[in-house]
Amino acid sequence: MDLRYTAEKLAFRDELRAFFRDNLPGDIRERMRLGHAPSKADTVTWQRILNRRGWAAYSWPKEYGGPGWTPVQRMIFLEENQLAPAPEVSSFNITMIGPVLVQFGTEEQKQRFLPRAANIDDWWCQGFSEPGAGSDLASLKTAAKRDGDDYVVNGQKIWTSTAHHADWCFALVRTNPQAKKRQEGISFLLIDMKTPGITVRPIISIDGSHHLNEVFFDDVRVPMSLRVGEENRGWDVAKFLLGHERTGIARLGKSKERVKFAREAAREMRANGKPLIEDPGFRQRVAQLGVDMKALEITQMRVVSAHDKSHDGKPDALSSVLKVKGTELLQATTELAMDVGGPLAMPDWAQELAALSNEPELGPEWATEATRSYLFLRAASIYGGTNEIQKNILTKAVLGL
Amino acid sequence: MDFDLTEEQRLLRDSVERLLADHYGFDRRRSYLAEPNGWSRALWSQYAELGLLGLPFAESYGGFGGGPIEVMLVMEALGRVLALEPYLATVVLTGTALRLAGSEAQKSRILPQIAEGQMILAFAHGERQARYDLTDVLTTAKPKGSGWLLDGAKSVVLHGADAGRLVVSARTSGERDDPEGITLFLVDAAANGVARRSYPMRDGTRAAEISLSDVEVGSEDVLGEVGKGLPVIDRVVEAGIAATAAEAVGAMEAMQAMTLEYLKTRQQFGRPIGENQVLQHRAAEMLMELERGRSMAMLAAMMVEEPDAAERAHNIAMVKVGVGQASKFVSQNAVQLHGGIGMTEEYAVGHYFRRCMVIEHLFGDTAHHLSRLADQVE
Repeated sequence: MDLRYTAEKLAFRDELRAFFRDNLPGDIRERMRLGHAPSKADTVTWQRILNRRGWAAYSWPKEYGGPGWTPVQRMIFLEENQLAPAPEVSSFNITMIGPVLVQFGTEEQKQRFLPRAANIDDWWCQGFSEPGAGSDLASLKTAAKRDGDDYVVNGQKIWTSTAHHADWCFALVRTNPQAKKRQEGISFLLIDMKTPGITVRPIISIDGSHHLNEVFFDDVRVPMSLRVGEENRGWDVAKFLLGHERTGIARLGKSKERVKFAREAAREMRANGKPLIEDPGFRQRVAQLGVDMKALEITQMRVVSAHDKSHDGKPDALSSVLKVKGTELLQATTELAMDVGGPLAMPDWAQELAALSNEPELGPEWATEATRSYLFLRAASIYGGTNEIQKNILTKAVLGL
Repeated sequence: MDFDLTEEQRLLRDSVERLLADHYGFDRRRSYLAEPNGWSRALWSQYAELGLLGLPFAESYGGFGGGPIEVMLVMEALGRVLALEPYLATVVLTGTALRLAGSEAQKSRILPQIAEGQMILAFAHGERQARYDLTDVLTTAKPKGSGWLLDGAKSVVLHGADAGRLVVSARTSGERDDPEGITLFLVDAAANGVARRSYPMRDGTRAAEISLSDVEVGSEDVLGEVGKGLPVIDRVVEAGIAATAAEAVGAMEAMQAMTLEYLKTRQQFGRPIGENQVLQHRAAEMLMELERGRSMAMLAAMMVEEPDAAERAHNIAMVKVGVGQASKFVSQNAVQLHGGIGMTEEYAVGHYFRRCMVIEHLFGDTAHHLSRLADQVE
């Protein structure tokens, strides 16, 4: 047992750091540091810079344009990218559709989609959830009926993140409503978002941003050649997708970066006549987050190092622990940054600007963004399988209850 | 980065677990508690035969040449069965003091006796007024002839009354709370002027209040440098935190297993209570805390020999907080999920609860270490 990285891993980390230092555009870094959600343009710019270096598809094998890294190297990459702080690569492109196509795609699908996904020439979105199918995903109703060489898709998806940016959508649809088990009548389709019959409607979330959407399908024709895996076996594909690369879900680097920022910001704010950073209550809160981040870091290392050894690619049941604890920390660290701002974190400048004026925002920018981020990340314990679902998974898979 | 055990480490773990499985049923434990010192002399000899008592000592002192990972494995196994023997006091605490500060003569005289199971030692540092402050030492040592004369009192000394020898801290210079001027002495527990009052702690393990009046100690029994005892005490306490972190993990594992068994078998409203989601989620949260504690115990084992003192102390303080919080969550909920039976003396879960409670209040509790960490925030 040894906590230290090998010299080789340290050199790898240093290589990443140097690359991020020299290649991450300064304006993007500054926006990330101030806590902005990365724009589409910033995400695309950075992912293409990474892709030129061969790192964007960080979890893919070499033959498909990835770097062929081990799980430990991937963990280091994600953390360094978050610490930079740089926009994260599109998870829809890189950790979802990419690995799915590598595993289940036809040769033609791989050739056509993988290079474009790595370079984010196609922006992908995920069409899974429906108004009546959230945690109970298998109850989805969006129907795909065969007609000649096409499927004709009708129905509705919801909570579709970034659908309004998307060129393509990977979606679960029901191809056999008569199947004995609900899971057995589902197929996995790749849908061009420009196809006639698709309507995207924004959902404004509590942070005031447009990130989520409803997507309506009205007689949308999808060629059968764009089905991934066998007909009615889409659930296997979905399970693979949801189980893949769960270790990145803790986003520990992001939490670390937010606490570091909050400490810096706390030097500029006051509490009881002194800098906030000197306030015992604030310091205790930071100390507790430090303990929690350290514990999660070791647990993550344990999970990832087990992956490194096993090579079976199966998700560890402890991944659910990482999801729950990681998202709780992410929420706590963004809450900390907001609380540093105090009353200055409460104005909603975007609304004021929309209503009347040409006056500039008063900011501070980081405080406004901290609140947006705090509100946005309430979703972290909901998406990717709610934290309650994760506890169900632990109950079944580990505790045997 | 590597979390695998070596072949030797796996063998060690398996043989300790086998020995304890054979000798540490809950009823057997009760009979050990009824022995004069509240633990099993016979089992202590078996620990010696297995090499556990010399585990962290060099082979030249009759030891096993093991490190913190080996100690972690043994402590975890001891925690799982709530072992009562003075392993922490003798091998971990005073063992660390001797290993780090002992002269060649002291080490070659005492360490083999520990390894063979011939000598119990206790670490007599804490005082009634000191709470968790390691520098708060009022016991004095004044020069007398070529040796020293000790006066003062030591409090909650683990296994203080069983020990043949005590490692005692005393002021050779400086005032209360002065980090300089504390010296460690090896004191014969039977020496004139040593009085001991033995009592059980809340978990059944033994401790003692020890008073020292005009106790004569020879110059050859100074442990380490005169006036430079504090860094050694820091290391001893860090070793104690790392060891009890692993012990608490063992105790948490046992409580988690007992609770799961109970959830599966206890019937109410015509079905096992474990079918209630509110209890399932509580059990899942206990699992998450157990894994958090386990990660922290591993961190402790991997950091306790870290040469950079500040880095080491920072990590060990985080461990104490993390394990303290995890074990409190697991033990409180283990009792809660058992309901009434969890409150009884006859049922094991309450004994594990009390061991974790005592561990939390050794070597600085959660609030103490969190406050130290808060002081270091930059």
